[in-house]
Amino acid sequence: MSALKNNKELQVAAIENGTVIDHIPPTELFKVATLLELDKVEATITIANNLPSRKCGRKGMIKISDKFFNDDEISRIALVAPNVILNIIRNYEVVEKKRVSLPDELIGLVKCNNPKCITNNEPMPTRFEVIDKEACVIKCHYCERKINKDDIIIK
Amino acid sequence: MRSKSFVSIQECTKEDILRILDNAEKFEANPNRRLLEGKVAATLFFEPSTRTRLSFETAVNRLGGRVIGFQDASTTSSSKGETLKDTILMVSNYADLIIMRHYLEGAARYASEVTDVPIINAGDGANQHPSQTMLDLYSIRKTQGKLEDLTITMVGDLKYGRTVHSLIVGMSHFNPMFHFVAPNELRMPDEQKNFCDEHGIRYYEHTAFTEEIINQSDILYMTRVQRERFTDLEEYERVKNVYILKNSMLAHSKDNLRILHPLPRVNEIAYDVDDNPKAYYIQQAHNGLFAREAIICDVLNINV
Repeated sequence: MSALKNNKELQVAAIENGTVIDHIPPTELFKVATLLELDKVEATITIANNLPSRKCGRKGMIKISDKFFNDDEISRIALVAPNVILNIIRNYEVVEKKRVSLPDELIGLVKCNNPKCITNNEPMPTRFEVIDKEACVIKCHYCERKINKDDIIIK
Repeated sequence: MRSKSFVSIQECTKEDILRILDNAEKFEANPNRRLLEGKVAATLFFEPSTRTRLSFETAVNRLGGRVIGFQDASTTSSSKGETLKDTILMVSNYADLIIMRHYLEGAARYASEVTDVPIINAGDGANQHPSQTMLDLYSIRKTQGKLEDLTITMVGDLKYGRTVHSLIVGMSHFNPMFHFVAPNELRMPDEQKNFCDEHGIRYYEHTAFTEEIINQSDILYMTRVQRERFTDLEEYERVKNVYILKNSMLAHSKDNLRILHPLPRVNEIAYDVDDNPKAYYIQQAHNGLFAREAIICDVLNINV
């Protein structure tokens, strides 16, 4: 199998086609799964956590067979795990590596921290502008409150 | 935004501000013009605010329009659990313009997204109150003859005071210099100071309210220091009388200095200041009528 050609032993079974999300911080693994709505995916999914990693000590990894995410879905992950890498696999080969980056706007993903915000009192999607992609600072389109990375609550 | 609404001062360009102020000037010269003949304006006050509502309703009446609405949400369907969206859509069937005050932040923005009828934000919680900013700018220009290159001293609660935050944004087009005078607990937040830095606006922070600062100022913008804003009541007791303007403090102030206050005032301006010709806060509220007439015509694309 070509994926084994560098003699590295695979810790998780290889997939033929699909997406491998690598270098997920262990504490964020299940948030990433939630953000990608993996509970609604019917394909085979392998989730591994606390794997040894040369780069970051320990890491999480998710392999989803026969599933390719669009950019909009991928960008959600950047909220919790900005350094993950998506490997697009076709016929056991990595055909593309994607880094994630935050979109300009987040709709319906994040809860506003302001209890007096209209979005917490009306049946409506939230809407945030990403005002600092590096530091991950977002601003509510409605009440104009700024939220820093550590205070972001995923819906 | 589907229609032309007036939701936040951040969205107003310099040209927008100057156009509205120029039109407000025309309304001051002649407040009674039947430009809204045959039109219906709805004033939806989900939170009571007598001063703002009367000012807007007077503006509509002086423009020859008619007013429908409510001044207390407890008598409306929102107390039965109706969503804001449904209330706005229902009223949109009747009115050409919606002027709304709401206790929730972002309510006016959301309303402007669900209807084609123009929305004027008459205050959404602690967020925005842009018609107040417009009347403040009008008062500044009228008393100083210009908006450019002025020194503005803001005093009192600079942390929670939305009027001072919006005024910084409104003035940012006109090269102002600010003095921020506040107790430590209520000092200007970083967000507004960062805004000043990004826009090259000079500002100085002070905890002492001294004649020296007053004497440099063209505008003295007073705000109320409210007891309930303090976590440390001893701190409140220490500072509550520090930020009170007394007439004697104005002895060596500039001739063109004018004192503004968004009102209501409690004790932060001593009553002996009222008779000083530099006191301007009552006329300032009067200017609100002209500014609001101009804002109403602006969102309805009516030539003044």
